[in-house]
Amino acid sequence: MIEKDITVTNRAGIHARPAAMIVQTASRFESKIMLGKDNEEINAKSIMGIITLGAGYDTVLKMRVEGSDEQEAADALAALFEKRFQEESA
Amino acid sequence: MKKFTVLDLLSLDLKEHNALDLVCIGGRPGLSNEIRIPDLNRPGLALGGFYDKFGFDRIQIFGRGETAFIRKLASEDKTETIDEIFKRDIPCVIFTHGLDPTDDFRRIAEGADCPILQTDLPSSEFSSRLMRALSNIFAPHEMIHGVLVEVFGIGVIILGDSGVGKSEAALELVERGHRLVADDAVDISCVAGNILLGAGANRALGHHMEIRGLGIINVTHLFGVGSIRDSKQIQLIVELEQWDSNKEYDRIGAEERTRDILGVSIPYLQVPVKPGRNVPIIIETAAMNERLKKMGYFSAREFNQSVLKWLESEHARSAYFQNNGLLHRDVRSEIDQDEA
Repeated sequence: MIEKDITVTNRAGIHARPAAMIVQTASRFESKIMLGKDNEEINAKSIMGIITLGAGYDTVLKMRVEGSDEQEAADALAALFEKRFQEESA
Repeated sequence: MKKFTVLDLLSLDLKEHNALDLVCIGGRPGLSNEIRIPDLNRPGLALGGFYDKFGFDRIQIFGRGETAFIRKLASEDKTETIDEIFKRDIPCVIFTHGLDPTDDFRRIAEGADCPILQTDLPSSEFSSRLMRALSNIFAPHEMIHGVLVEVFGIGVIILGDSGVGKSEAALELVERGHRLVADDAVDISCVAGNILLGAGANRALGHHMEIRGLGIINVTHLFGVGSIRDSKQIQLIVELEQWDSNKEYDRIGAEERTRDILGVSIPYLQVPVKPGRNVPIIIETAAMNERLKKMGYFSAREFNQSVLKWLESEHARSAYFQNNGLLHRDVRSEIDQDEA
C-alpha cells in the first residue's frame, strides 16, 4: 500500500474537469485508489465522490493506493496534480 | 471529525421543529471556539459560587432563573462569581426566552472571548432541540462509496465496484418513481445507537448523478422534487457484482445475511449482474420482500414450511394406507372390481 500527500495546486480547485481527469487516470489501474480530506475518504474512480470532497486550492489530499499496480497508479495521479490538470502552465 | 465550532452551531441548517433560532449578540471573536462535548450545562451552582464538578467545557444555558440571578448580582454590584466562571474555557453561553445579559456579564464574557448567543425558544424546548442536533453531529460517521435510494419506503444502499452499474440501476429506479438520496458518496451516521442515517456528502451540491455516456445530470430538474430525498434510514444493503459462474449465489434466501456498518447489522444481499439481467426490478422486489419480512412474513421460510407440511401429510397418508394393508390405488381398483 502506498500513502502519499498531494496538494491541489490549480487555482480553481477540483471542479468537474479535473475530477473527470482524476477518474479517467484512476480507472486505468487495477488498484484501489482512495482520496482523503479531513476524515472523509472517497473512491478516486467516482466523479461525484471527488467533486463532493470539495477540494479547493491548496488543499492537501491523502492518497491511498492498494493493489498490483499501485506504484504506477500513485505516480500517474501525482503527476496529474503536479501538472495542475493542464489548466495553468506549471 | 472536523472541528465543530460555535459558528458551525450558528449556521446549522435545521428546519421548523428542529430550528435553534440562534443569533449572536456579543463576543464575536470567540465564534471560532470549538465545541468538544455534545452536552449542555445550567450554570446555576457556579453562579452561586460552587465550582466543584462545574461542566465549564459544555455549552452554558442561561434560562430565566440564571438570568434573574445575574440581574440580582448586578444590582448588588457583585461580579466575582461571573469573573470566576469566565476564567475557565467556556465554548459559548446561550440565553433562552430572548433574554439579554447584564452589561457586566457582557463585558466579562467578551473579555474572555466567549460568544454570547440568544434564542427566543424556552429553555426546555431549546435544550431538547440542541441535544438532538448535537447528538446527530457527534454521531459516528462514515463515508461510503455507493448509491442510496428509497424504494417503496425502504432505504436501499447499492454497493459495488466502479462501473458495475450502481448509478444506472438507481437511475432506472428513480425513473420508476422511487427516490434518490445520494449518488456515489453517501455520508452515513449512526444515530440513537442503532439507526443508520444516510445523506448526500455535500448538500450544497444537490442531487446529481454521473451516468457513463451522459455525464452529470441533475435529478431534481429532470425527474422533479418528488424523486429526491435529503436523508433516509438505511434498511437494506444490495451489493452488485459481475456474474461469476464459479461462485455460489443464494438460491433460497432462507438465511438472512447481514453486514455491519458502524457496528449496526443491516440485511445484506449480493446480486450478480450480467447483460440482460434486470437489476432495478430485483432491487424493487428485494425492497418489497424486506417490507414483508418486517411485517412478519418471510417468503423463503414460509415456502419451506409449506413444503415440509406437505411432505409430512403425504408421508402420513401413505403410512395409513400401508398399515391397513392397502395402497391408495388398490382401494380404488378393489371398489371397481366390486362394482363389476
